[in-house]
Amino acid sequence: MKKIFTALLLAPILAFAGGAELHLDRAPDRSNDKAALQNGAKIFVNYCLNCHSASYMRYGRLKDIGLTDQQIKDNLLFTADKVGEPMRIAMRRADARAWFGAAPPDLTVIARARSSEFGSGADWLYTYLRTFYRDEERPTGWNNVVFENVGMPHVLWELQGDQVMGEDHKLKLVRPGQLTPQKYDDMVADLVGFLQYMGEPAANTRKSLGWIVLIFLGVLLVFAYALKRNYWKDIH
Amino acid sequence: MSATNTKMQKLLTWVDERFPLTSSWKAHLSEYYAPKNFNFWYFFGSLALLVLVIQIVTGIFLVMHFKPDASVNASGVPVAFASVEYIMRDVPWGWLIRYMHSTGASAFFIVVYLHMFRGMIYGSYRKPRELIWIFGMIIFLCLMAEAFFGYLLPWGQMSYWGAQVIVNLFSAIPFIGPDLSLWLRGDYVVGDATLNRFFAFHVIAVPLVLVGLVVAHIIALHEVGSNNPDGVEIKKKKGADGIPLDGIPFHPYYTVKDIVGVVVFLMVFSIVIFFMPEAGGYFIEANNFFPADPLQTPPHIAPVWYFTPFYSILRAVTYPLFGIDAKFWGVVAMGASAIIFVFLPWLDRSPAKSIRYRGPIYKSFLAAFLVSFFTLGYLGVLPPTPARTLVSQLCAMVYFAFFLLMPVYSSIDKCKPEPDRVTEK
Repeated sequence: MKKIFTALLLAPILAFAGGAELHLDRAPDRSNDKAALQNGAKIFVNYCLNCHSASYMRYGRLKDIGLTDQQIKDNLLFTADKVGEPMRIAMRRADARAWFGAAPPDLTVIARARSSEFGSGADWLYTYLRTFYRDEERPTGWNNVVFENVGMPHVLWELQGDQVMGEDHKLKLVRPGQLTPQKYDDMVADLVGFLQYMGEPAANTRKSLGWIVLIFLGVLLVFAYALKRNYWKDIH
Repeated sequence: MSATNTKMQKLLTWVDERFPLTSSWKAHLSEYYAPKNFNFWYFFGSLALLVLVIQIVTGIFLVMHFKPDASVNASGVPVAFASVEYIMRDVPWGWLIRYMHSTGASAFFIVVYLHMFRGMIYGSYRKPRELIWIFGMIIFLCLMAEAFFGYLLPWGQMSYWGAQVIVNLFSAIPFIGPDLSLWLRGDYVVGDATLNRFFAFHVIAVPLVLVGLVVAHIIALHEVGSNNPDGVEIKKKKGADGIPLDGIPFHPYYTVKDIVGVVVFLMVFSIVIFFMPEAGGYFIEANNFFPADPLQTPPHIAPVWYFTPFYSILRAVTYPLFGIDAKFWGVVAMGASAIIFVFLPWLDRSPAKSIRYRGPIYKSFLAAFLVSFFTLGYLGVLPPTPARTLVSQLCAMVYFAFFLLMPVYSSIDKCKPEPDRVTEK
């Protein structure tokens, strides 16, 4: 009997053993920074929304992050005619499969899909977009630390520059890009912030409504408990 | 004022002559006498009913917008998956309805597990409440079926591969297995046919059975009366008026008490919905935000948390027997682990019903059972390793020993005498 108990107590420790580690950098929080989110939207539309769609997201929804219909129309509406349309792309999936080996995934909810025990989906994306390195073995000439043998080339390479993987398994910037490393990280943070917003546009409403609901229920609890106390006075 | 009262009275009389309204109200609420010593554990029955209503009402609104369609839209996304995101974005308050439903599924299992545990520790399954317990256990099995069917509908990677794994289990049955799983899926792989039939089961067939069983569960309960933390029958001691001395009318006493429980539950429920709807990947798995892809098997397929104890038992069976594959015996063990609760009324030979008056052997076995249940649940989330499989085999043995050895240990255990009347706290 005692042995069984000891074994049961040890169970969680045994269970924890094993499993590969994936180190992710923490993505800065941009959820309440509208300027950053707008910058992220601009980068997304210019760099991502040619191969990747965001087909559950309508352009008009960008009003959430402080843009007007006119601003959306003038600056971001490359793949649609009306702001009410979703962010679709023109590239056909069959072509994409032939060119890249796999059709680029829809990115609307990518920030939610990439969440894991190693970090949030935003952390994954923030690390992923900063850890492309030169690899002549790959057909695109690029490889990635968190997504090994990824089909996507480093689309932001002009901004970041060229990184190579050193003997010490650390990345080294061998040719600087248009942005300093600091500015590049900042820009990626904005982009990831936008992807995170797009994963769940209602997230901010959800959180602020949550407090109101909890305050209401808290007040209701006081009255419900007083009612119960009053009715139960004569029991016991 | 009195004029309206008499008018209402007349209407009530008119109805009562045609339908047992007043008598039903009395029989089930205002003159249903429940023991006065219900404690914390007695909130979960009414909460399970509340969650059932939440699931049905939110489900109705989800069905208005959801499309059970596995075909791929212009952007290469399955229509079913896209329609869930449509609900999350374009349907007014759709995100709230959806989160209530997804959180409600997990909440349902939490309150039902606690409700079952209450029944176990206070011996609520014992004579004369065997049928209540059996109805309850069938409700639990229906609930698992309902959750399984519903989980396929968002058509994400976990939905798809989870259904694939579970339906494939049936193919382990000798002779008829492969044809049976083909018949269940309606296709050689999980596909549009599977999605549509699971939708039909999830929104019509199973809920219909579930509601019927809940009614039977409550009718049976109100026939014999509620048990209580002391495990004594309040109907044995009645006053001159025929009312149990330790009984109080369910309404208003327990209705006002349950309102407090409901508000506290809703606060916890709201914290999840508004601040952590994925609950760290336990209520909504991250991988389910990738649309179903029949060509890409995820490296690790884990069921949702409420299935994991049973899933662990399935994986714990690694030996073939009688020339039949280990997988088949795993399925048998998993089925047995979920169904074995039904036999508790006949396995338990203890003179005392409630844990308050039971001896140390029962308490040790119950503690070991709880530890193994939680450990199995935890291991079921993780990918298997040899060490984990060994632990889950050990836990599975403790799990079954709790039930199968009960006739022996419950009859030799040293119980304290039960009181005549319920005790105060």
